[in-house]
Amino acid sequence: MKVGIPAEISPNELRVAATPKTVKRLQKQGFEVQIQKGAGLKANFSDKEFEEAGAKIVNSAADIYGGSDIVLKVKEPSTEEVAMMKEGLVMLSYLWPAQNQDLLKKLADKKVNAVAMDAIPRISRAQKMDVLSSMANIAGYRAVIEGSYHFGRFLNGQITAAGKVEPAKVLVIGAGVAGLAALGAANSLGAIVRAFDTRKEVAEQIQSMGATFLTVEINEDGATSSGYSKEMSKEFIEAEMKLFLEQAKEVDIVITTAQIPGKPAPKLWLDYHVAAMKPGSVIVDLAASTGGNCALTKNGEVFTTDNGVTIVGKLNQLPSQASQLYGNNLCHLLDDMGKAEKWKIDMEDAVVSRAMVTYDGKINWPPQPLPVSPTAGGNVKKVAAPTAEEEKLSAEAKAKKATTSMIISLLVVGGLLFLVGKFAPPEFIQHFTVFILAVFVGWQLISNVAHSLHTPLMAVTNAISGIIVVGGLLQTTDDISSPMTILAFIAILVASINIVGGFFVTHRMLKMFKK
Amino acid sequence: MFIAKEIQTAAYLFASILFILSLGGLSSQESAKRGVFYGIIGMIVAIIATVLGQGVAGHVYIISAIAVASVIGLLLARKVEMTSMPQLVAILHSFVGLAAVLVGFGSYLDPKSHELTGAAHSIHLVEVFVGIFIGAITFTGSIIAWGKLDGKVPSKPWAFKGLQTMNLVLLAACTVLGVLFCNAEGTGGMLFLLIMTAIASFIGVVLVMAIGGGDMPVVVSMLNSYSGWAASAAGFMLGNDLLIVTGALVGSSGAILSMHMCHAMNRSFFSVIFANGSGNGSGGEKKAIEGEVTALNHEEVAALLKEAKSVVIVPGYGMAVAKAQYPIYDMVQTLRKEGKNVRFAIHPVAGRLPGHMNVLLAEANVPYDIVLEMDEINDDMPDTDVVMVIGANDVVNPSAQDDPASSIYGMPVIEAWKAEKVIIMKRSMSAGYSGEDNPLFYKPNSEMLYGDAKASVEKLMSFLKA
Repeated sequence: MKVGIPAEISPNELRVAATPKTVKRLQKQGFEVQIQKGAGLKANFSDKEFEEAGAKIVNSAADIYGGSDIVLKVKEPSTEEVAMMKEGLVMLSYLWPAQNQDLLKKLADKKVNAVAMDAIPRISRAQKMDVLSSMANIAGYRAVIEGSYHFGRFLNGQITAAGKVEPAKVLVIGAGVAGLAALGAANSLGAIVRAFDTRKEVAEQIQSMGATFLTVEINEDGATSSGYSKEMSKEFIEAEMKLFLEQAKEVDIVITTAQIPGKPAPKLWLDYHVAAMKPGSVIVDLAASTGGNCALTKNGEVFTTDNGVTIVGKLNQLPSQASQLYGNNLCHLLDDMGKAEKWKIDMEDAVVSRAMVTYDGKINWPPQPLPVSPTAGGNVKKVAAPTAEEEKLSAEAKAKKATTSMIISLLVVGGLLFLVGKFAPPEFIQHFTVFILAVFVGWQLISNVAHSLHTPLMAVTNAISGIIVVGGLLQTTDDISSPMTILAFIAILVASINIVGGFFVTHRMLKMFKK
Repeated sequence: MFIAKEIQTAAYLFASILFILSLGGLSSQESAKRGVFYGIIGMIVAIIATVLGQGVAGHVYIISAIAVASVIGLLLARKVEMTSMPQLVAILHSFVGLAAVLVGFGSYLDPKSHELTGAAHSIHLVEVFVGIFIGAITFTGSIIAWGKLDGKVPSKPWAFKGLQTMNLVLLAACTVLGVLFCNAEGTGGMLFLLIMTAIASFIGVVLVMAIGGGDMPVVVSMLNSYSGWAASAAGFMLGNDLLIVTGALVGSSGAILSMHMCHAMNRSFFSVIFANGSGNGSGGEKKAIEGEVTALNHEEVAALLKEAKSVVIVPGYGMAVAKAQYPIYDMVQTLRKEGKNVRFAIHPVAGRLPGHMNVLLAEANVPYDIVLEMDEINDDMPDTDVVMVIGANDVVNPSAQDDPASSIYGMPVIEAWKAEKVIIMKRSMSAGYSGEDNPLFYKPNSEMLYGDAKASVEKLMSFLKA
């Protein structure tokens, strides 16, 4: 089977759907790889590298679309590109099916089986093919770098001989993959980092990245079963806007990442928020391509407002790494579809059936909803938590119970000891005292033994328990024919094996422990 | 030449102190070697003080017995391989048990003991009876444990319904025999004593037969404990404080070890000892396992290791079976030379003996400061690039944390799945000792590497060096 990779025709698209590394991987999967001349140039991969990796270099896009069984692409194809495709071709690409109904129709008419990489369901099994996550990770990192560049100041606080530099404050709105990546990057550059998200469950993830979780006083959770946030109530939005206004006066860099699949991005950072910001502040809008979270964002542009706030609406995509990750995502999907050998379009498969947006001449969109659970059984755990009052009561009851059982056990032990003292001869009591004390000493001693020394410990206690040899020694007599002496002789024999063997093997083991 | 009774007592006290120091020395690797030395001195002092004591005769026999035994013991200890350490420990336990039985019978036959009268006499008889009972159980139980560990007896738990009831009936029978024994005149109770010994031996066999291979760490340390109690009982019947103290030290040490092990498996001591199967789990619907098992080849794993910055190796009994510790340490050295942080994570019940893995790794010269315990390393798991699970299964099973229906639910485990990538080296997809399926294998970040652990690691090395 042939896999073809065309050059991306959009001037803004720097990525390519395969890298020399993924080309090698595709060949291992059993595919023959051909790539259009110059396809990797914008992502810093030369034709020579692809050739060395084993790909065949093809001159025109038409040869790719006409002469391959599977085509790997990044950006959704243009009308001209669709025209070049042969019937029955399998195409893996970004498609944004919700926005591109016309394109779907064209693909279906051409009987192209198109997989929308952006429509891979977000379930754990499909994480390795989830391009939104892998690309969002890059975008989040890049947003901080880009923001810091336009901000033009240190992000970390410094105290130098020349005076003190305040650390920058970074606010990230939306703690999805991109948001979390941005938090991590900003935090490691030394900025004071905060994040806002409507989903309460991400608070922990935000804190784990070293950021403060901002929240509004209204108790409403934005989490949905799809993994994206739902739209919030009016009161909530009002409170949110108020919070943002307070933050706007303080923060230096705002990074917005809120997107809703198939819909324009929600407007979260309005004109009055921008107006409240200090001159020199920066807004990086990762949702620019779907309209922007900031009301003033211009897609594909960087500009400065009248009050000196820079709004970044375009991002460099780190094309070579992005291509590598995207290429890996594609390879994983091909892996899942059986590689070259057992290639199969399985419309029963949960992932393939949802991402395959056109199949056999029909449009297969929107797909069946597939609930995901970002939190394990989040809605099941509704057990009423005991109130503080109840807890206190039960703690008291427990303490009372513990005291009672302690008194009872002390009484029992005391009673038993009394009986022993009353009936046993004095010699026994003496031995008994020694015995009990030794048990306690042993208990304390062994509690301190390092876990890694448990085997030597057993060997040494083993040797020491050979002390039973003393019993045998006391019983030997000069008369070897008496049964008692015979028994004692054997007892000494086996116990001594134990002593010598046990000590020696412990010594051998301990010799091996080295730092 | 005899020494006075007082001097003997002082020598015994000195020996007891040395034994306590010996066990105390094992609290760290540095002081452990000194600990063994103390133990040896203590033993020599004890033996000499006894032999020189009043009323000891037959020195020729004593010396010849000790000489023969020393040779045998040295040969055993020199020859044993570290992987078969558990077998050696088990068989040595049986010797203590046997010695306790013999000493018990000897004491009963000793005409001196029948000079006692009244309560002292009855107490002495009870001591003899109990001492032999414990000794016999230790003896046969240890032999079965040895057989299981050595693969001579199938390691599968062998049990039947009514096993518990049978044991209770046998125990009751022993009690009856004990009463008859105590009331017999002279050495007339010999028959009862012999029957009881046979019953106790049988109990020892069934008790250990019913316990599976994976619970062996508990069984071995429990037998260790029994051997101590047997020595202690012998001390009571002979009126010898040294035996009592030493036996009690060993007995409580074995008991605390067994409790450690049980705690590490989140099982109660009794459920292990009485083979109540795996006691945990609500028994409800098991969580369905999502995902699929994916495998990598050696070249791909080697590439992953080359890229990783921090690697954690989780060894299990499978490593011991394959004797893979040597090639593994070669690999660890190669990786560490490249500046990677490579460490070992040891679960408390990994292997067949408490601390077994540590000894095996030490044998391969692995420095002990890169061998960490589960609790020390679990927090680092999320920052780890690659975890290699070698011949371990249940100790990395996530069901223990998230599936209340699982039989190992609640057992502390090494959180391997939190790492970036998990490589599981395994012969096949079979379940671990607990019989639980392991969802770890199905996680998207875990990959299988099939094959014999030793051969696999050697193959990895060839790719790492290339």
